[in-house]
Amino acid sequence: MKPARLSPLDALGSVAVTLALVALWWAASHGGWISRVFLPTPEATFASLREGLDGGELAQFAQATTWRMVEGWLLASLLGVALGALIGVSARARAYLQPTLEFVRPLPASALLPLAISIFGLSPNMVLAVVAFGAMWPVLLGTIHGFAAVEPRLLEVSRCLQLSRIDFILKIGLPNALPDILAGMRLSLTVALIVAVVGEMIASQPGLGQAILLAARAFRASELFAGIVLLGLIGLASNALLGLAEHKLLKWQSP
Amino acid sequence: MWRRLRPWWFPLGLLLLLELHLRSLAAGSDSLAPPIAALRAFAGAARDGSLWQATLFTLGAAASGLAVAAALAIPLGITLGLSPRASRLSALSIELLRPIPSVALIPLAMLVFGFGLRMETSVVAFASFWPMLILTRAAVSQVEPRLLEVSQVLALSPWQRGLKIVLPAIVPRLFVALRLGVAVSLVVAVTVEIAANPNGMGYAMMIAQQSLDPALMLAWLGWIGVVGYAINLAALMLQQRVARAMGAAE
Repeated sequence: MKPARLSPLDALGSVAVTLALVALWWAASHGGWISRVFLPTPEATFASLREGLDGGELAQFAQATTWRMVEGWLLASLLGVALGALIGVSARARAYLQPTLEFVRPLPASALLPLAISIFGLSPNMVLAVVAFGAMWPVLLGTIHGFAAVEPRLLEVSRCLQLSRIDFILKIGLPNALPDILAGMRLSLTVALIVAVVGEMIASQPGLGQAILLAARAFRASELFAGIVLLGLIGLASNALLGLAEHKLLKWQSP
Repeated sequence: MWRRLRPWWFPLGLLLLLELHLRSLAAGSDSLAPPIAALRAFAGAARDGSLWQATLFTLGAAASGLAVAAALAIPLGITLGLSPRASRLSALSIELLRPIPSVALIPLAMLVFGFGLRMETSVVAFASFWPMLILTRAAVSQVEPRLLEVSQVLALSPWQRGLKIVLPAIVPRLFVALRLGVAVSLVVAVTVEIAANPNGMGYAMMIAQQSLDPALMLAWLGWIGVVGYAINLAALMLQQRVARAMGAAE
């Protein structure tokens, strides 16, 4: 359930509730309800954020993490759609491969990090490979599902028109699977951010994941919170952009 | 008969190739091990008990995190679902907090709780809280309006309305939310162990890699896959059974 259109009053109230939560944070940290070692004041967090973004390292870290996420996600989407189309277009390939793919699906993407470290070593490309592989799963399975769910009559039409397999994929399969693909891509963006952060943490690659881990180890809570805020913003912005793209791309489906 | 075997050819072929490759060209590799060696390492871990201890820790952390998340998310979701105004007013705060990647909280949880069960529980709880909150809210807002009218006619208090009308009506959907929560909590629990917490299956796998024991590492990877698959399957079956018992048409 998404609130479709907010009235100005509700929008104002919504902002007020958010501000009240920040005020609660302020009170909790200033009133000493929670130790400042764990919970910095909002001002300190904001100061760390400004300092880090204005010529500090935080801006570079945020950029590195964002790139890692976007690059891995694009790779994952390309691979997922291509492989998914190849598997999805043939009922026989689906029968042979899909159970294995479904078995691997619940495996946490980060569980592949140790394996990748042992094969590729601690390199930035290792992290990128795991991000791409882990984020590929939702797109791959979404594409296969989209192809499997093509209306049978469309299959008959394409047979009557003697469409080649490539034409079938491009003209019927992919447009049909688009909602499933986009839903998969949205999920995979979240996975990509998570795996990028975990990869930075354990492979010590420059980025927000490493930055917040180091900040926590040095008990610099305000920097830790600044990093968490930035990661939240990256997640929020990427999700919002993708939601917008989804809306545009799927307009033709529901006139 | 042959049709039923079809799902097995691909994984078996892959394992066989891996076995042959690591017995011939890449024999003695430090990064990978033949599947049969991994099986042997698995049997060893099962015999000395480390397998069960780590598995129980991970499952325990996932379950306690899920319990905390459910205890918080379900009442809040019901409240927001019953009151459209509360739902609208909280929308911005929820949309701002929800996209924070759960792993970003690992360092914070480390700072607050140190290593151990509580730290992992808190991160799992944060991660599974949001999907359960959203699904519960959606479930309540889709309760048959006439049921709510009945509760008004009967002049039920908000508390009674929640307990006697809404809760039974959303049980099948709550189990859908729970199933999603189970999937999220397992993934996050293993992730926390790989990233930081020196306990459980994820950490056991990291240690196997760091001590250059690829057979044991692959054994853990396979075991994590099997455990995840089995638990997700169990959650799905539970959800479907509840849906049938409650007479909901899925």
